[in-house]
Amino acid sequence: MSEFTERLLTSPPRKESTERFRIVWLIVVPLIAILFQVYVPRFLQFLSYLELPLLITVHFALGRRGPIAAVIYGMSIGLVQDSLSHQPIGMFGIVKTLVGYFAASVSMRFDVENPIVTFILSFFFYLFHQFFYWVLARALLGQTMLFDAQQTLLFGLLNAAVALPLFRVLDKLKVAA
Amino acid sequence: MEFFLSRYRNVTVLLVAIVAQLLLIAYQVKSNKDVPLLRVWAVSAVTPTEQALEVVRRYTWGFVEDYFVLLGVRSENEKLKQQNGQLKLENHYLRSELGTADRARALAAFQSQSQSKMVAARVIGNGTGANSKTVFVDRGSVAGVENGMAVVTPDGIVGKVVDAYPMASLVMLITDGNFAAGILSQKNRVRGTLKGLGHGECQVEYVQNEEKVDVGEWFFTSGDDRIFPKGFPVGQVAVVRTGKTFKEIYLTPSGLQGGPEEVLIVLEGVHQQIPESELSASGYKILPAPAEADSEAPQGTGSPTALSTDADRLREQYKQAGDAQHHVFGEGLPGSTPPDFTKIQGVRATVQQPGAQQGAPPKPPGTQPATSNPPGTTAAKPASSDATAANGTAAPGAKSAVKTPVAKTPQDAAAAEPPPKPRPRTQILVTDPTDADPTAEATSPPATKDKPAIAPKQPPPRPPNQ
Repeated sequence: MSEFTERLLTSPPRKESTERFRIVWLIVVPLIAILFQVYVPRFLQFLSYLELPLLITVHFALGRRGPIAAVIYGMSIGLVQDSLSHQPIGMFGIVKTLVGYFAASVSMRFDVENPIVTFILSFFFYLFHQFFYWVLARALLGQTMLFDAQQTLLFGLLNAAVALPLFRVLDKLKVAA
Repeated sequence: MEFFLSRYRNVTVLLVAIVAQLLLIAYQVKSNKDVPLLRVWAVSAVTPTEQALEVVRRYTWGFVEDYFVLLGVRSENEKLKQQNGQLKLENHYLRSELGTADRARALAAFQSQSQSKMVAARVIGNGTGANSKTVFVDRGSVAGVENGMAVVTPDGIVGKVVDAYPMASLVMLITDGNFAAGILSQKNRVRGTLKGLGHGECQVEYVQNEEKVDVGEWFFTSGDDRIFPKGFPVGQVAVVRTGKTFKEIYLTPSGLQGGPEEVLIVLEGVHQQIPESELSASGYKILPAPAEADSEAPQGTGSPTALSTDADRLREQYKQAGDAQHHVFGEGLPGSTPPDFTKIQGVRATVQQPGAQQGAPPKPPGTQPATSNPPGTTAAKPASSDATAANGTAAPGAKSAVKTPVAKTPQDAAAAEPPPKPRPRTQILVTDPTDADPTAEATSPPATKDKPAIAPKQPPPRPPNQ
């Protein structure tokens, strides 16, 4: 086992992060992300691939390292997203709940502050999010949605690329607990 | 139990969250009901911010454009766009009506039917959802918007309102996978169901392979869905393929070209009847409705109208004769003097010239009868008239297709070759001037210059029942 791998696999489980968001940022940041998703693609169509609410969920879960808080946070963001769509409420909620849980679980085992790990996790969770949403839509709602694997992979890479600077900016909003 | 919960606390919370949401979805799908509370909260939290952003964006960007780039052109352009939109709507309406019915009927229908009542709205944001195509507009239930209302632009239909909130509404675009509407092709009157595909094009379903649909053909709303009033443009056919049972028709929606920013929500749609040309297009000839023919006939004129009959014209002639002699029909006692019907213009000509040569111009009252005219005055009459043949004299200027030798005696005339058959002089009754052959007047015999083009059939001068 290499030194790099050993550094990643630290002694389990890691303690919760000592840096936290202020309450106001916990509300405002996801709201901005949802507003961005709703408003900006009207003028800049190419930005519609960005899934900012998902990236916010991942960042919170990775930073907080608490699965319960991540589950609630992801569920809340997902439910708000559902409310702004014409789908039954709960589709995005379930997916983001799972994303929050798994991201928080991963952060308890791995050193997720490494940019490479952040990139890989963002990419992976985007794929997971899209695929699981597709599965739920087919299984629960019986919708015949198209799943374009190539496009999803490309968008996953783009979202992961955006996640790196975004997480840096969000880290600046944290304060010591 | 406590040990279990504390040991597997994270997983338990996860399971509880997921099961709760699954139950929520199951409830919504099963009961086909929504959870309005959550949606209202979310929309109320998001849409005011969106509206504020939109206002800021519009005013700041508009300010820059108005005062530094385009000055007054922008406002003028907005006004012209608005006018152009209204004209387009009117134009679409008129074209669809004129294409399916006759001009007078379409104009009368257009005048009698009022336009749809609409309210303008601005698109303020997109709806979320991986495959759904929804947008938010800044008009809600306060402005009278309700679920299921149609959303259109002058270029075509845009979608329908699926959720109406107090200050905003969620509109499902026609490209959404769950969208459906009844449509009708313009040329061949093929009915189908418009379905969204989740991307830029739509599909027309349930069109039999035997039906004829051409590429480039326009589809309009049929009104069958009770959401979109009939006659709104939907889009043009981009692809037509023969499928297994039904045709595969893909449509380019005309209302979503360039992304709609301002739309019209139809508060009260104008439902029109199915135009009769749909039936005539399928091989049936439909006569105009008699009730409308009566109502459209102008009163007090003796001229034949497009929708009057012979009886109407005759009745009008008698009425005019009575009016001219101050006679009121229905007031005289039995045995009283009836009006002089020989003074009817058409009848008088017949009565005064029983033996007159046909083709002679009508004489004003007081002039000599046609039979006393000198021979030279008959030069204009056709050489083939019966009177000429009987006299055995041909007018010098008479034209004849067959040259007839001049007979010196009546016997010679009798033995002579019969004159060419006269041209038929049967009056052609034209009930509708628009149906008459436009060339008929140019090729009609010279008598048309002397007689009215539509001469009455010389009815017996019998008074109407008194």
